[in-house]
Amino acid sequence: MKIFLNLLKTPSFLFGAGCFLLTLCLAFIFPFVYPIDTVTRVGLPYMPPSASHWLGTDHMGVDMVSLIVTGLRSSLYVGFLAGIIATGIGTLMGIYAGFKGGWQDNIITMVTNLFIVIPSFIVLILISSSLKEGRSLALIAGIIGCTTWTWSARSVRAQASSLIARDHIALARVNGTGTFGILLFHILPYLMSYVFMVFILQIASGILSEAAISMIGLGPYDSVSLGTLLNESMKNEALGDGAWWAFVPAAGLITIVVFAFYVINTSMEGVFNPRLRK
Amino acid sequence: MLKHHPTLRYILTRSLWYFLTFLMAVTLNFFLPRLGASNPVDILMTKVGAGLDTKAAQEKEEAYLKEFGLVEVDGNGTLLRTSDGRPVRTPIWKQFCNYIAMCLKGDFGTSFLNYPKKVSDIIKTALPWTFALQFPTIILGWLVGNVLGALAAYKRGIFDKVLFPFSLLLSAVPFFAFGMLLVYQFAIRWEIFPAMGGYAGGLIPGFNLAFFSSAVYHYALPFFSIFIVQAGSQAIGMRSMCIYELGTDYVKYAKGLGIRENKILYYLFRNAMLPQLTGLALSLGAMIGGALITEMIFSYPGLGMAILTAIQGNDYPLIQGCTLLITVCVLLANFTVDILIGFLDPRVRAGQRGK
Repeated sequence: MKIFLNLLKTPSFLFGAGCFLLTLCLAFIFPFVYPIDTVTRVGLPYMPPSASHWLGTDHMGVDMVSLIVTGLRSSLYVGFLAGIIATGIGTLMGIYAGFKGGWQDNIITMVTNLFIVIPSFIVLILISSSLKEGRSLALIAGIIGCTTWTWSARSVRAQASSLIARDHIALARVNGTGTFGILLFHILPYLMSYVFMVFILQIASGILSEAAISMIGLGPYDSVSLGTLLNESMKNEALGDGAWWAFVPAAGLITIVVFAFYVINTSMEGVFNPRLRK
Repeated sequence: MLKHHPTLRYILTRSLWYFLTFLMAVTLNFFLPRLGASNPVDILMTKVGAGLDTKAAQEKEEAYLKEFGLVEVDGNGTLLRTSDGRPVRTPIWKQFCNYIAMCLKGDFGTSFLNYPKKVSDIIKTALPWTFALQFPTIILGWLVGNVLGALAAYKRGIFDKVLFPFSLLLSAVPFFAFGMLLVYQFAIRWEIFPAMGGYAGGLIPGFNLAFFSSAVYHYALPFFSIFIVQAGSQAIGMRSMCIYELGTDYVKYAKGLGIRENKILYYLFRNAMLPQLTGLALSLGAMIGGALITEMIFSYPGLGMAILTAIQGNDYPLIQGCTLLITVCVLLANFTVDILIGFLDPRVRAGQRGK
């Protein structure tokens, strides 16, 4: 609780959280005041921003603000889902390996090391290119989560293994608490702040991965995301036509969201690790 | 014998480990594209099969099946057939063995898109471009980022207050988005740099001044778009690493002794550098992924562009060839760094002996 209060006193945390809240508002509250329509052609292709269409239109003549807001929602959704999957699997694997030691630890460490070296972007390309139909947002988030959990596993394992010598764990063991009981009630709570930081970084990297995979044309088929918007603008000569409104807002939003998460992460690092403070 | 040669043992275990990783990567590379259960020959046939009569289409299909190793062939190269005349399909495990054997020979099969062309030939023309773009950029970005990060940690104050948020912002920009903005500003609006390609249209790659200067001119934008983001994200890692090192006893002791600032900075840099080196190796995969997309933005004639066209045309052999090659490069880079660290880091050296 005290840590939480400390966080609220940190200006950089407030700034990051503020940025994030603003994007959340843009994604979920703004649509109540601005009619969102990603289908109807409201004007000519690549119409510049005007009073009725604040960010102009895309290559089909669809209102850009609607597309951006919808894209932001999708990107946040993919980011959070991928973050939850990656952090969930990674944390479970990490604390289990760190706590158990022995051959279980060896195997999990081996698997993590194996998958950390193989570029996850490449695996992402391979899977996405083979799944032509039904490449939904959730599926993409799942694939991203399953290819990036190794990073969480590795960092959580290191933290967990530093905890196992604590007395309260020995006590719990004497009391006959099972392995999973110890993991969930006696180790995980101590790592919560750490896991949360990992989670935040995983969301950020999930958003970036989605943008990257959509950028090369392997994004979701059924929905608009910030990455697919960039891809469409690239494919339809927005650069050459000087239609900056087709890609600058999308690129800017990705950057702002990821930046907000990075700032939150570093400010938390500063609070949890007093050494960084000055 | 290995007991007395800790370094040799270290190298051997690492080699074995990377060989295992390589096998894993090849396996993924083979099986993942086959998840979708789409048969490459069917895709190819829908493209070329139109207008052919049944017999010609069947002959063509069998030729393709043979070419991609999907059917059994006897010693003379003729198809094995079942009793009703259909070709015998090769079981997947056998295809996998053939695939590994072919890969080891450096043969990645035939491209669908540019049909009779070999994947290895396409890769051969693309690889130098990717290498020339990414290798210097990543290394330079890493070095500059580390120096800036170390300075920020050491000086703190206003320098750090400006540099740190700025680096954080830079590392949040996707490589390709930054590339797009650069193209828009410098190539489209100001027309200072060319927007796309690796060299001017009329030139033929060769060792002459015209080609070379054109290549350098086209190099500038993609270089900066990767370099700046790269330097920014490395600076952040180095900064926190150095702040950690600054709190250690040896720095306090050195300060107490009154050792010159430059000397302390040198020690600090050296010690904080090693984890950064590991970091570089580990994140190399992610960087190359990002940089590949940068190539696509600039239509740079490297592997990224090859992958993009391959994806758009469902050219699986080409996708697989490129991905495998990139994976192997990343593995090799990791291996090199691992071995280097084994020699550079006294702690790892001691660990080898200590057992």
